[in-house]
Amino acid sequence: MAQFPEAITKTERSEAMRSETKPSAPRMKRRFHRSRVLGIAWALIRTLLLFGMGYIILFPILVKISSSFMGFEDLFDSSVNWIPRRFTLEHYQTVFLAMEYPKTLLHSAVLAGGVSILQVASCMLVGYGLARFDFPGKRLLFACVIFTLIVPPELMLAPLYINLRYFDLWGLIPGGGFNLLNTQWPFYLMAVTGTGIRNGIFIYLMRQFFKGIPKSLEEAAYVDGAGPFRTFFYIMAPAALPPALVTFVLSFAWQWNDYFYTTTFYQSGSELLTHKFLGVNIAFAGWYREVFGMSPPFELHSVISNVAALFYIAPLLIVFAFLQRYFMASIERSGTVG
Amino acid sequence: MFKLSRKTRHNLAGYVFVLPFVIGFAAFFLYPFILSILLSISELELGATGFKLTSVGLENYRRALFVHENFVRVLFEEIVRVLRNVPIIVMFSLFVAVMLNQPFRGRLLARVIFFLPVIYASGAVLIMENFDYLTSTLRSAESGSQGALGGQTLMLVFSNLKLPEVVLEYILTSVQGIADIIKASGIQILIFLAGLQSISPSLYEASAMEGATAWEEFWKITFPLSSPLIPTVVLYTIIDSYASVNNKIMEVIRTTTFQGMGYGVSSAMAWIFFALIAVTLAVLIGIISRWVIYQE
Repeated sequence: MAQFPEAITKTERSEAMRSETKPSAPRMKRRFHRSRVLGIAWALIRTLLLFGMGYIILFPILVKISSSFMGFEDLFDSSVNWIPRRFTLEHYQTVFLAMEYPKTLLHSAVLAGGVSILQVASCMLVGYGLARFDFPGKRLLFACVIFTLIVPPELMLAPLYINLRYFDLWGLIPGGGFNLLNTQWPFYLMAVTGTGIRNGIFIYLMRQFFKGIPKSLEEAAYVDGAGPFRTFFYIMAPAALPPALVTFVLSFAWQWNDYFYTTTFYQSGSELLTHKFLGVNIAFAGWYREVFGMSPPFELHSVISNVAALFYIAPLLIVFAFLQRYFMASIERSGTVG
Repeated sequence: MFKLSRKTRHNLAGYVFVLPFVIGFAAFFLYPFILSILLSISELELGATGFKLTSVGLENYRRALFVHENFVRVLFEEIVRVLRNVPIIVMFSLFVAVMLNQPFRGRLLARVIFFLPVIYASGAVLIMENFDYLTSTLRSAESGSQGALGGQTLMLVFSNLKLPEVVLEYILTSVQGIADIIKASGIQILIFLAGLQSISPSLYEASAMEGATAWEEFWKITFPLSSPLIPTVVLYTIIDSYASVNNKIMEVIRTTTFQGMGYGVSSAMAWIFFALIAVTLAVLIGIISRWVIYQE
């Protein structure tokens, strides 16, 4: 059951209530003391665990950042661990130019932004339809939503490739159909129809959210003479901001990180950051061989691809840094049970 | 009579809302899905204006199972990997969610950090790291020291408990793979966290009045009330395992598609894998739903 506005205050309320129910009777005093010692011990263990796991999570990013500033000779010096001896920005310069960063960044941002906005819209519509209307075939349709999730993408890879190569909508489009490969159409078309990357999850999330909203909101609108569509656009859609934000963040991140669809259906799209990032290794090796007449050393090669990874994930991390507070609050407010 | 027809009319509006998905399902899911069945029993020829399928019966399945050098072994390993990781991820993510639900300073930061792997440790970056010299040397250095130390200490601790060897080995491998477990748990932690938020605080208040300990509160309130989320978490964990870099079966399928044995055999492989994983999923969810406590 989803909790709508009360959920925010719930933890605070429970904390307040718990501090009020401190045992006051002398009989309870010893027990209270013991639980307090246990509480402090647990707080220590918790801090230790969180620090340890946080380190494991942040480790790959820290390594990338630290090595990215190291000068050429630092990379071969085993006494240099985290702090570079010769601080340099030349790797950033190299990768910035090799990836054609501003241009490819813009293209990728437009694609991921456009796709995720469309997915938010389509999944909200479908989720609302599944949550609030009783039409024949509803259960079957919901089963289909879940089914699209559990089919492995590899199963669909070859047939989807063929489908997009000769796209004719079950023969509705005459003349052999369109070739949608190497265009951005598949991304947008699949987003607007709620069949993009893991869209079943978003539809499920929206459905659960709408099921948890009290019906009285809509009934009031219906009494005032609004139809189902007006009610949706003016009352329900604005209320669904929390799951919309969760959907947007996940959808943006998954589209941004996707290489599976991007490299199969959009091979020629060299203006995307994904292609530049995955190809930077080969491009750098080629350039190095041309200039120095030999392959680049492992260490240098590796630093270049790690810096490219930093360039690649930086926009995501920045977007998330701005949204994290609302994102976490939205997670609490769009609770999904069952 | 009038009321009923109005109600029906209202419900028919539902079709308009779900229409986008119906179109998408037909165009981008059902068609390729059926095509993949046909592909797995045919030979494919691609042309400029269309493609041609020639039926070969179960030949592709035979080649996948008996001719391909390592498909069966990789398939078996993948199913074992999923079965091993699912319980660990469920337990771990519930544990972390309970921790992150407690009030402490820096809680928001901790939640953000645990979610970070969902943002950065997926897709293209993982692919790059998998082949990266720097990451792999550092990782082997890390896991080497961790494995030796952690392994021995754990052995000492657990050898006193007289645990069966299978359990002991399970715990040891899980501890060594902790980095992968943490990275694969981001969304699951959020699912449990959202669920924990919806447990009524009055239950905890009542149990605190009765003098229940935190341990009892967890087993009598928190765990039963978040158990309806376990099937969702299991489902997500399995879906997520498809995209994992540790998933070697996907690599086998992909390489088979674009080189060597062709579309037919790779489709047959994907179908064998899908059938096995679907059965696994159904059995797991079936078992779990038996003891899930639904709150009405």
